[in-house]
Amino acid sequence: MKFVLKKLATLLITLLILSFLAYAAFEMVGDPVGMILGTNATPEAEAALREELGLNRSLPVRYFDWLFHFVKGDMGTSYIYRISVNEMIGEKLGLTVILTLFGFGLTLLMSIPLGVYSARREGSFADRALTVSNQIVMAIPAFFVAILLTVIFGVLLRLFTPGSFVSFNESPGRFFLYMLFPALSVAIPRTAMAAKMLRSSILGEMQKDYVRTAFSRGHNRRSALRAHALKNALLPIVAFLATTAAEMLAGCIVIEQIFSLPGIGRLLIASINNRDIPVVEAIVMILAVWVMVVHFFGEVISEALDPRLRS
Amino acid sequence: MKKLFAKHNNWFFKAGFILTAVMVGVVLLGQIWTPYDPNAMDASVKAQGPTLRHLLGTDFFGRDILSRILEGAGATLQIAFFVVLIGAVFGTVIGALTGYFGGVVDEVLMRICDAITAFPSVLLALIAIAVIGPGRLNVIMVLGCVFIPSFARIVRAEFVRIKRLNYISLARLQGVGDFRIMLKHILPNTLPTLLPAISIGFNNAVLAEASMSFLGVGVSASEVSLGRMLSDSQNYILRGLPWYAVFVGLTIALLILGFSLLAEGLQQRR
Repeated sequence: MKFVLKKLATLLITLLILSFLAYAAFEMVGDPVGMILGTNATPEAEAALREELGLNRSLPVRYFDWLFHFVKGDMGTSYIYRISVNEMIGEKLGLTVILTLFGFGLTLLMSIPLGVYSARREGSFADRALTVSNQIVMAIPAFFVAILLTVIFGVLLRLFTPGSFVSFNESPGRFFLYMLFPALSVAIPRTAMAAKMLRSSILGEMQKDYVRTAFSRGHNRRSALRAHALKNALLPIVAFLATTAAEMLAGCIVIEQIFSLPGIGRLLIASINNRDIPVVEAIVMILAVWVMVVHFFGEVISEALDPRLRS
Repeated sequence: MKKLFAKHNNWFFKAGFILTAVMVGVVLLGQIWTPYDPNAMDASVKAQGPTLRHLLGTDFFGRDILSRILEGAGATLQIAFFVVLIGAVFGTVIGALTGYFGGVVDEVLMRICDAITAFPSVLLALIAIAVIGPGRLNVIMVLGCVFIPSFARIVRAEFVRIKRLNYISLARLQGVGDFRIMLKHILPNTLPTLLPAISIGFNNAVLAEASMSFLGVGVSASEVSLGRMLSDSQNYILRGLPWYAVFVGLTIALLILGFSLLAEGLQQRR
């Protein structure tokens, strides 16, 4: 339990530093007042807006005010639309999280059986075919997978209509059918990488002395793999999966754009282009929390699998 | 070059080398000669699929897609080259100094590197571009900086490993200076790890540039690159003209595949 608390403390401190850096960086972008009102604004109007947005206070004061509200769940007010950022992010965050979890689940479901199968039949035709195809598939960027899926299943087979997203409330069934393709797009390249890693990790473990001892005690390849080698072989995969969960969220930003999904990624891009700093800050912090949290879980799971890492 | 082939006599290396050489060669050729002027419009051949006259088809303005891809790929590779150059040079210097001398600076810098590499590089670059604005030069600077930590970590680990070996202690006993040891005795031995890292760097740089420009936060609107073409080609898919997107995506995928095979081959001996 102690190592979990220690990791948690490190996590919070890192997030605090990150939040200040992000806040300070966006403050350097320039004066939002000039951007909102344009160049023809009167000094009085500019002063009034500055007062309204609270920009006449010093940077540390504004930072702590923002942080305090953020922790309480109030992410501020959009410069452009003048509505609360919570309202703007609301459902969009849910959609992105669903997409990421969907993609992550597919990666897990596909990569572990493929990796184990490939390692168990080492040297067979199926193993060699999988190794070659993994090597190729892992180099295909998620957006190209997305384009291919759109062309094959959207344009040629007409299983879904590209660009016309169906929300969950309209029709849950069609929602999941539509979401399947973006989720597959982020999952396929990552599956290939994870399967390849798992295969070489298992094969590495199977050569070790403790597995040979297991053989001498009457285990066959299959039961030695299941009872002894698999747990150790999964160790490097856990760290990779944590990275995957983090990368997948970034990958989803691009994928949302291709499939016209109203997620947080499209909002981020739109807000960057509009220079809507409060929205960008809020999304960046949410993404940072996500990245830190998945790495936290990755480390905790690794340490649970291998107590030697706790020191 | 001959030595490299002898050392890495495996299929990954051969396939990666051939694919990369062909792709880079064709793109370089595209810098001096393209079948058509990339910007020349021809109203008689609007939005066609592949034909003998236009091998990869044409866009809505009748511009030749092959010529445009060659031009865009040139810009993308140029960006990738400078990104890897910045990342590798600064990363090597930082990694070498921290790995060799160690101490508090090393500890602090590596913590920062850990924090930075935890974040997806495209995300970091997006945020930085949001602060300083789009454009080819900004993309190069931002991605270059984002790539420094990963190179620094790799080079540092090698320096830490090698500086403990006997031949380094012997060199030190003979009175060889620190910088000479780093440059002449350690650096050449980091190459087997550095070369695959550089190849992976190209892979990631092409991918990052394409993703960023696709999202409209990469090169500015007036410039060409594979990422910008990919975002243009989106409209074509929705109108049932998938060729444009498929060819642009295929170009990016083949570039990345070449670099990743090369990296895999460089990591394997035999």
